[in-house]
Amino acid sequence: MALVLAPEPPVEVWIDALDAQIARSASFFEGRPVVLDLAALPREQPDVAGLLHALSKRGVRIIGTEGAHPSWQGLEAWAPLHANTTRPARPVDVPDDAQRKPAAPITQSETNALLVDQPVRSGQSVVFDKGDVTIVGSVASGAEVIAGGSIHIYGTLRGRAIAGLTGNSRARIFCRKLEAELLAIDGVYQTADDMSATLRGRPVQAWLTGEAMMLATLD
Amino acid sequence: MATVLVVTSGKGGVGKTTSTAALGAALAQSGQNVVVVDFDVGLRNLDLVMGAERRVVFDLINVVQGDAKLPQALIRDKRIDTLSLLPASQTRDKDALTAEGVERVIGELRERFDWVICDSPAGIERGATLAMRHADAAVVVTNPEVSSVRDSDRIIGMLDSKTAKAEKGERIEKHLLLTRYDPVRATRGEMLKTEDVLEILSIPLLGIIPESEEVLRSSNLGTPVTLGNPNSPAGRAYFEAARRLKGETLVVTVPAERKSIMGRLFGRRAVA
Repeated sequence: MALVLAPEPPVEVWIDALDAQIARSASFFEGRPVVLDLAALPREQPDVAGLLHALSKRGVRIIGTEGAHPSWQGLEAWAPLHANTTRPARPVDVPDDAQRKPAAPITQSETNALLVDQPVRSGQSVVFDKGDVTIVGSVASGAEVIAGGSIHIYGTLRGRAIAGLTGNSRARIFCRKLEAELLAIDGVYQTADDMSATLRGRPVQAWLTGEAMMLATLD
Repeated sequence: MATVLVVTSGKGGVGKTTSTAALGAALAQSGQNVVVVDFDVGLRNLDLVMGAERRVVFDLINVVQGDAKLPQALIRDKRIDTLSLLPASQTRDKDALTAEGVERVIGELRERFDWVICDSPAGIERGATLAMRHADAAVVVTNPEVSSVRDSDRIIGMLDSKTAKAEKGERIEKHLLLTRYDPVRATRGEMLKTEDVLEILSIPLLGIIPESEEVLRSSNLGTPVTLGNPNSPAGRAYFEAARRLKGETLVVTVPAERKSIMGRLFGRRAVA
């Protein structure tokens, strides 16, 4: 799933707005394929190369453009970017309702860790971007746990676990029994189909090595 | 002290209305004062299953909106005099239910009955949330299949967060009633195993109701199975579930047809 960015004139103002967005969520663009919609730019030659430089400096990974006028110069400079579009796992689609308050009553022991001592039911979303989340119980199919740090589940993980939300690639996911629909760490994700069948039903941890998600049993 | 019990599931067609009627009739036969309340406004069915469809004058909406007094709307069962029905309205929809009105009606019912059993509509919207709102306990009706189990899980989450009790920080008592259980398909591995359902939902088991024609036939005749055919496997399972609701500890058995012995002896009835 690619994100579409549509720069508007004046481009400087638009870049400022983009910076504000990046400041709000540091890893928002990290690893996300982006399509640039240039249709709103003025017809006379815009500074395409400058725009490209500004975006790549901010870590935005452009995989294609739309709406560019054929007469524009500098578009060919985009080509090298297209080479680096393969990734061992795909970037995660952060749910829109990630800001929703967790439905389950929660006990917050410290500011940098969240403990939930009951099962996370289908449809519930536990979101904690300040650090690790520990669930004493199972995470149901259709439920999700989203953490800024690592996720520890002392039960069966049947739903989604999204760790390292704030750009923490050292975050890990641990569960006592893996039946997950989706695992994600710092934007790299795997769905149930991607996971080895031998790991199903086993105690498993997941971590990142570079851009690859590694999974291994704990016993 | 009255107990308000909500019979809920999330998913439709799993047996909420049938179970409401059967549990209500079973509890009433043990001498308890019971009212079954139909919250499925617009799609009322409980009156049919209770065999009272031709006696409905006023309904829950009339009472909620103050157009009728509670005693005018209550229909006493002709077979068991400790069993009453508060029907839903068929011509209105769930928006006609108000939070204050429902609270007042449930409060009035608490004073008159030992058990107030609320038959929840399917879904997770207004009708379902208002049906569970003032419950002390819940019966979560689940079929041994994945979609039903996931919906039940969603409903359990709502019982723990959206009910008046939960908002006061108290725990609502939750019971799992496994319905439409087919022992033959279970042995063939075509259904979720009881252990798996219990492991996923992690709430105590109230009973296992076998899939049976008897249940369907009773519903269509307007007789809850615990009244019409109390000795059928389903009837017995509901009676045991009702005793567990009252706090008795009974081992949950997987009900089987007694055909093996009785069926062989009396399998063919002589045609008169």
